[in-house]
Amino acid sequence: MESYSSSEIMVARAARELKDGEVVFVGIGLPNLACNLARNLQAPNLILIYESGAVGAVPSRLPLSIGDPCLVTDSISVCSMVEVFNYYLQGGLIDVGFLGGAQVDRFGNINSTVIGDYQNPKVRLPGSGGACEISIHAKKIIIILKQNKKTFPKKIDFITSPGFINEINQRNKYNMPGRGPYLVITDFGVYRFSDTNYEMILTEIHPYISLQDLKNNISWNIKISSELKTTLLPSKEELRIIHQLDPERIHLP
Amino acid sequence: MKNKIMTMKEAVKHQVKDGDTIVIEGFTHLICFAAGHEIIRQKKKDLVACRLTPDLIYDQLIASGCVRKVVFSWAGNPGVGPLYGLRRAVENGYPRKVEIEEYTHFGMVARFIAGASKLPFMHLRTFSGSTLFQKNKNIKSVKCPYTGEILAAVPALNPDVAIIHVQRTDSLGNAQIWGLMGVQREAAFASQRVIIVAEELVNKEVIRSDPNRTLIPGMIVDGVVIEPFAAHPSYAQGYYDRDNQFYVDWYNISKSKESMERYISDWIIGVSGRKEYTEKLGKEYIEKLKAKEQLSAPVNYGY
Repeated sequence: MESYSSSEIMVARAARELKDGEVVFVGIGLPNLACNLARNLQAPNLILIYESGAVGAVPSRLPLSIGDPCLVTDSISVCSMVEVFNYYLQGGLIDVGFLGGAQVDRFGNINSTVIGDYQNPKVRLPGSGGACEISIHAKKIIIILKQNKKTFPKKIDFITSPGFINEINQRNKYNMPGRGPYLVITDFGVYRFSDTNYEMILTEIHPYISLQDLKNNISWNIKISSELKTTLLPSKEELRIIHQLDPERIHLP
Repeated sequence: MKNKIMTMKEAVKHQVKDGDTIVIEGFTHLICFAAGHEIIRQKKKDLVACRLTPDLIYDQLIASGCVRKVVFSWAGNPGVGPLYGLRRAVENGYPRKVEIEEYTHFGMVARFIAGASKLPFMHLRTFSGSTLFQKNKNIKSVKCPYTGEILAAVPALNPDVAIIHVQRTDSLGNAQIWGLMGVQREAAFASQRVIIVAEELVNKEVIRSDPNRTLIPGMIVDGVVIEPFAAHPSYAQGYYDRDNQFYVDWYNISKSKESMERYISDWIIGVSGRKEYTEKLGKEYIEKLKAKEQLSAPVNYGY
């Protein structure tokens, strides 16, 4: 058996969600690896859009930032950020958006702004960037983040990017065009959302992770699907490409 | 026509005033660090500094005490970590208290569109359901007069001065950019005064040979500074690569105020300008960042 890290199983699992021809709004780090892995496997015609304005990017090295020059070279189009946000995102062209953050709650709301009080923060985080509008407009959202009691708290301190907001799903009330969070991928498992009370449900658990260990790393009593599966191991081919994409393991601690 | 060419010293001295609202735009690409450094050397103060991503350049301005308020949408060192200079100012008031006014990227883009269009505000579909909507009183709602839909609204942003780095310009400031364009065009049209800083001065025939690439027309430009390598550690597509290693190193440089102040003293205050800065980096260092050639297919503008 190949050995793999928790980041690698997250990347491989995320990549399998992407279908050929889809338009995906890419973030830096694990989402960037997942999108480029999918492009090298089942989705050669995946269109990668970075909020910096690179459309149809084919990065030939690992971009440290979403504004790296390698995203421009050989891309389909480079547009201004006016076009990225107005025409591509608000225009409804994005099939999948990836989001991370410091905290996520049971309704898929994400905090990447502040821990503690907004005026007198315990920790000041970077803020929204484009995350808020991605969560509102992308047809579906895949959330990727490492899981522990702090990143999966009972209540988050700030909603930067709205998911379903609460158990009655406020998305229609706010006229949000996107359907909201669809999948949450962590280093412990994979979650989907109930279509009755919009709460996270564990649907896949990664190999060699115990259910008790998973539960110890989440602050609420997580619902578990009656058809709980074990996540497929990353294949040799997936791992080979991931290592090729990030040879120095910058995003694969 | 008046020749607008001036030195960076003159441009900052005459166009950037204490208390001004400034924007040094460029999304990762073409961030004019040389202008920021000159602002620090001239000890400008009480600036309202606007940018989508404050980046290292505003981290340095803030740590040097030049900034009273920062208007932004994502404050971090991309792919690396936080901006410690900004954090120290916001969390501990060091070296001075800095006020923040926060939006999302789309919100900031919309503010510049309104500013460039000379409209009082711009409406957009975002912010709903986010806590930011409650915290920033400048984000408001507006009802569409046609459909009745409730949309978000943000006020126009009209800075006193925009500093825009470009690959090439003529002496009148007809400025061309390729690669990532961010929100530079909107920031320039929104501002009262515009300074263009360019890698290269070209004659007007070069500009006219490829008019589609002119992002900013000379008619809105007040000063033109020719300063190669002025974007480092940011980059200029086709000229030099982003100095990603420096962005990674900034994490340790900026983590303590002592080492950040040492950097500012050695690399900003301690040099007279960009020429001395590049000499200090050394030929070999600069050679390593030099862009490889990848030319586009020519187009025919004839009729």
